Amino acid sequence: MILAPVDYLILAFYFLFVIGIGWLLKKKVSTADQFLTSGRSLPVWITSLAFVATNLGAQELIGMIASGAKYGIMTAHFYWVGAIPAMIFVGVFMMPFYYGSRARSVPEYLKLRFDEKTRTFNALTFAVMTIFSSGISMYALGRLFELMLGWSFTHSVLLSAAIVLCYTYLGGLTSAIYNEVLQFFLIVLGFVPLSVLAVMKAGGWHGIQARLAPAMTHSWEHMAHASENPMGIEIFGMVAGLGFVLSFGYWCTNFLVVQRAMAANSMSAARRTPLIAAFPKMFMPFIVIIPGIAAVALASMASSGYHLPMKNGVPDYDQVLNTLMLSFYPSGMLGVGLTALMASFMSGMAGNVTAFNTVWTYDIYQTHIRPNAPDSHYLTVGRISTIGGTLLSIGTAYLAQLYNNIMDLLQLVFGFVNAPLFATFLLGMFWTGATGHGAFIGLVSGTAAAALTHGLTMAEGKGGWLANLHTFPSTMAQNFWIAIFAWTTCFVVTILVSLATKPKALGELKNLVWGATARPKDDARNWTEKPVMLAIVVSVITIVLNIWFR
Amino acid sequence: MWDLRLPAGLFFTGLGLVLCFLGLFTHPSRTLLSGVNVNLYSGLGMLVFGGIMLWMAKRAS
Repeated sequence: MILAPVDYLILAFYFLFVIGIGWLLKKKVSTADQFLTSGRSLPVWITSLAFVATNLGAQELIGMIASGAKYGIMTAHFYWVGAIPAMIFVGVFMMPFYYGSRARSVPEYLKLRFDEKTRTFNALTFAVMTIFSSGISMYALGRLFELMLGWSFTHSVLLSAAIVLCYTYLGGLTSAIYNEVLQFFLIVLGFVPLSVLAVMKAGGWHGIQARLAPAMTHSWEHMAHASENPMGIEIFGMVAGLGFVLSFGYWCTNFLVVQRAMAANSMSAARRTPLIAAFPKMFMPFIVIIPGIAAVALASMASSGYHLPMKNGVPDYDQVLNTLMLSFYPSGMLGVGLTALMASFMSGMAGNVTAFNTVWTYDIYQTHIRPNAPDSHYLTVGRISTIGGTLLSIGTAYLAQLYNNIMDLLQLVFGFVNAPLFATFLLGMFWTGATGHGAFIGLVSGTAAAALTHGLTMAEGKGGWLANLHTFPSTMAQNFWIAIFAWTTCFVVTILVSLATKPKALGELKNLVWGATARPKDDARNWTEKPVMLAIVVSVITIVLNIWFR
Repeated sequence: MWDLRLPAGLFFTGLGLVLCFLGLFTHPSRTLLSGVNVNLYSGLGMLVFGGIMLWMAKRAS
């Protein structure tokens, strides 16, 4: 790809701004709490956009366009069946406990609700997962820039890591959040034109529908059997695996996103954060999935001049985004698109690094290595772990070489860790009888069940390292079922062990569980400030979208 | 907390100006699939967005 000087100028202009924002925020960060958790001071519009943006990393843009090209509009299920219901649930039902408990992190909530061993298990698995995610972001960035621009893998990885490290080291979580909001605007403004142009060229949505197999442009009609659709899944597996376990497991327990809501300046703001975030999230498929589908339609039109990128004779879906950019964007807008891509990587990476440094400093270091040190010590530890986390991510980037669709790998990792965790939180937040022993043994069993399912089944040649008892039609189907087994195992085991062990007294569970917590006070001035009203509006729009694209 | 609308407004206004300039005074060097003046329209959109951000920042201060 040939970039004009103006494209580099735009990229440099963006780097200047993100570092500048970090620099300007440096003065406002003088305690460990401000550095790691923003001291609960951010307005709701910022926390909501950061909530959506931190998840809008490398995997989202490239992976969703790739999935759109490969699986069609069914990919929208990740949003309309997966993310949105989970975001509504966490905002309305779970945030009162997260925010009201005054925990500084998700593992810390587990300590308050259960015990130290449950917290430590979660902290360790989460820490590993964030490094993994961050490394995958960097790997994807490095590989993409290598292909698109001919930059060396090492240079792209080190450049993006250096810039993120710069602003997260200077301004901490607040800097990461502010830059995520900026990144969100850039991603939307940078890719909406691409979506519009690609769809127009392909003849509009009706033109696309006419050119492609029906399963590509209908999200629900071809889901009765796994063989009917390119994803290889059927309704139950999808709704339970993705819609319930995986997405709730991610949005409701992943400290990466919950951290943004916890940084809000009031309980009402914290509850509304995921709900307000749901509005842009609902419409993201139009920016991140539709272009992929349009690309396939364009490739089928002899007159369009567009061809799907190929690798070893099969379509290389991960390259669809950049081939589309090259086909529609002149120099100038191309620089913006590239910068938006860079921005999405950086927001993914920064989110993971800032979640990692908080969990490391509070849940691992302060708990096990050196408790009762002065605050300035933890501020230093926070800063050092920011550097450490970045370096570990760079290392992971060099390891992430195996999967061709990034989404599949991430879903696998999340399934191992998040699915059982969601069962633990569900029981912990809504049943006073859940005990620490139950939670811990449940979590361990659930994670083991995930590993076991992966080892005993195969899909597209992957898994089955113990034996092959069943073959799934796609890795996505396998991931959904791994999640379902992991969640169910954790849920059942937690209940059984909890019934056999002694629960905490109600007095110790204040603000941590349903039944021991006062209802959140309602000081809303109009309907937009009531979480439940927002939830209803979001649900209605999502249902309409589902019906429209069925 | 310190207002993000100001730097965001400045960033997009700047970007919008650059893109509008390119859209008005340059031609694409590669052959593109669409004849629409992408730089100009996107640039105008960004100018509007940047302007709104700056206006909101001014109103809040």
